[in-house]
Amino acid sequence: MVGEASKGEAALSARVTARAAILEKIEGAVGNNSVVRDAEYAAIPREYRLAGLAIKEDILRLLADRLHDYDAGVYRCGTHEIEQTVASAMAARNKSSLLRPSDLPLDWLPPGYSFPAVDGLPYDEIDRGEGVITGCVAAIAFTGTIILRHSVGDGRRALTLIPDYHLCIVLADQVVETVPEGFARLKGMETMPITTVSGPSATADIEMNRVKGVHGPRFLDVVLVG
Amino acid sequence: MSVRVGEAAGAPTFPVAAKHLMRNDQLRRNVRNATGIIRNKRARVVGEMADWQQLRDAGHAIKEHTLRHLGDYLVRFEENCTRAGGAVHWARDADEANAIAIGIIQAKNEKEVIKVKTMTTDEIGMNKALEAAGITPYETDLADLIVQLGEDKPSHIVVPALHRNKMEIRELFMRTMGLAELGTRPEDIAEAARVYLREKFLRVPIAISGANFAVAETGSICVVESEGNGRMCVSLPRVLISVVGIEKIIPKFEDLEVFLQLLSRSATGERMNPYNSIWTGVAAGDGPEEFHVILLDNGRTKVLADSVSRETLDCIRCGACLNACPVYRQTGGHAYGSIYAGPIGAILTPQLQSMEHSQTLPYASSLCGACYEVCPVKINIPEILIHLRNKLVESGDVPAGERLGMKAAAWVLSDAANLSTARALGKLAQMPFTNNGTIHHLPGMMAGWTATRDMPAIPPESFRQWWARRQREKRP
Repeated sequence: MVGEASKGEAALSARVTARAAILEKIEGAVGNNSVVRDAEYAAIPREYRLAGLAIKEDILRLLADRLHDYDAGVYRCGTHEIEQTVASAMAARNKSSLLRPSDLPLDWLPPGYSFPAVDGLPYDEIDRGEGVITGCVAAIAFTGTIILRHSVGDGRRALTLIPDYHLCIVLADQVVETVPEGFARLKGMETMPITTVSGPSATADIEMNRVKGVHGPRFLDVVLVG
Repeated sequence: MSVRVGEAAGAPTFPVAAKHLMRNDQLRRNVRNATGIIRNKRARVVGEMADWQQLRDAGHAIKEHTLRHLGDYLVRFEENCTRAGGAVHWARDADEANAIAIGIIQAKNEKEVIKVKTMTTDEIGMNKALEAAGITPYETDLADLIVQLGEDKPSHIVVPALHRNKMEIRELFMRTMGLAELGTRPEDIAEAARVYLREKFLRVPIAISGANFAVAETGSICVVESEGNGRMCVSLPRVLISVVGIEKIIPKFEDLEVFLQLLSRSATGERMNPYNSIWTGVAAGDGPEEFHVILLDNGRTKVLADSVSRETLDCIRCGACLNACPVYRQTGGHAYGSIYAGPIGAILTPQLQSMEHSQTLPYASSLCGACYEVCPVKINIPEILIHLRNKLVESGDVPAGERLGMKAAAWVLSDAANLSTARALGKLAQMPFTNNGTIHHLPGMMAGWTATRDMPAIPPESFRQWWARRQREKRP
């Protein structure tokens, strides 16, 4: 017991020593400039593009185009056609059942298919699912990126990761054009787990050929609503 | 306190390694082909950005600002990460960092870990340390898996197995995974990796990651990747350990909007890489229950102390300078004797570890400036290369031959009479080696100069002689 305690103390003191030594070396190298820090940060030039196009339809078309480039499937529909569009996307992929987070809007789900709610399901059972259907929190047209913050409607991280197929519902209001606009949509949610998804999983490690799908979902479809 | 960069301290010098590797035609073909493809993709997606230069300026300014206030931002990161349920450790060098990680794993009585591509753990030789402690690390990035199964060394920052072609990889997988059959398409090889690793993702309870960015304001870590192995590692296991170089800190969450745009286009030529994971401490009901960050110095504070070469630490590890470099494109990454290859490696490796181990690296460049032009955070690599060469000269670590040559040159060029004498002697001395006004092979110590190039012979008449003759002849 004595040995354990002194081992713990030794580890603690090593930690304190290492921390102090590193911080001291940094101060020795660059000095202490704390007084001017915030003013200097505010003066960083940010001349890059923050906002994007004014016309929503142009932004939606850009998003669809970029998603196509990544080999994702894209379906466009009106606000009252989500149900039947989900049905046709599933039929095209030959899916009869998709896992879903329990708080996904039920009126998105067509009859005749099954959508088990799986909030706490063990990984190996998620692995046996045919795929998953979720919403998202925002989408960036310029880069074809969908943002999940793993809260209401987009499920915990494992859910959109383990299955081989992800069907994502993106509402027109959630779509912005630029990357800065996309990150601005995360205001107040910065400390939630966040995943950005740009197309299906891919690798270029074999002779720089882009191969769709390694560990994440190999197939991504997006229903773009509005 | 010993600073190591992988096994770079024991590696042969650049000219020795490069000469050997240049004879490997297959390797050179693979490297040339792969770097050519990424260069073209990068050029295309950078070309469509109207604000690329403004993003570079912002990226550079944020990094320089952070380094000036690094202590403040590290402490702020520690506070916020801890508040969110993370444990923050500090490590002065490789041994301390490895010991902390091993301590965490042993406290859980675990014998296996899954790893997502991290240069930083390669830098500190973590896999070897884990194995010595009886822990098996599984690399999960496809290229890292190829390197690990082949008992090979990474040769590129972003695509570590770029020196291997498809058929080599296929043969390696069949042998090491015990597969009787495997298709020849890249898809078949990727599928084999998917099957091989899936079982490990779902079973192994501890993961080790690096970080592309660590946000001081929120205590968040960001990992950038393509395959989904990163998402698997950071969100499935019960325990996650992230090894983070202290220069990976950025001040605020919104700064990610700059770096994520710069990184994906520069690294793989994509508008955005398939996945970015950003997480803060632990989240109830989602992902690891226990999260550790190891903040690593390992020579970085020493780099910070040199105000000229400090900006080496701006690097976001995109690899664009490797693909652009005419030297790297010929030799590949292994010649640099370090996991950090190419132009960035030529300035980072000699600064991180003591110069005596890598003093040829600052010379592994023609100073053409292509690296500076493509660098997304505007690191002036040519200037730093010259700065490091200067430091080497001042420290007296210059080869004796070069020092002698420079002394002789100083004497010859300091006086017109000396120059004229040297010319006359040179004209006599070159006679046996000259053919049609060209020298193909110089003898002795000077043979190195003509080993790969011809040299014009000293002409029969010098400019001064010609001028004097002209003046004489003009006179009536």
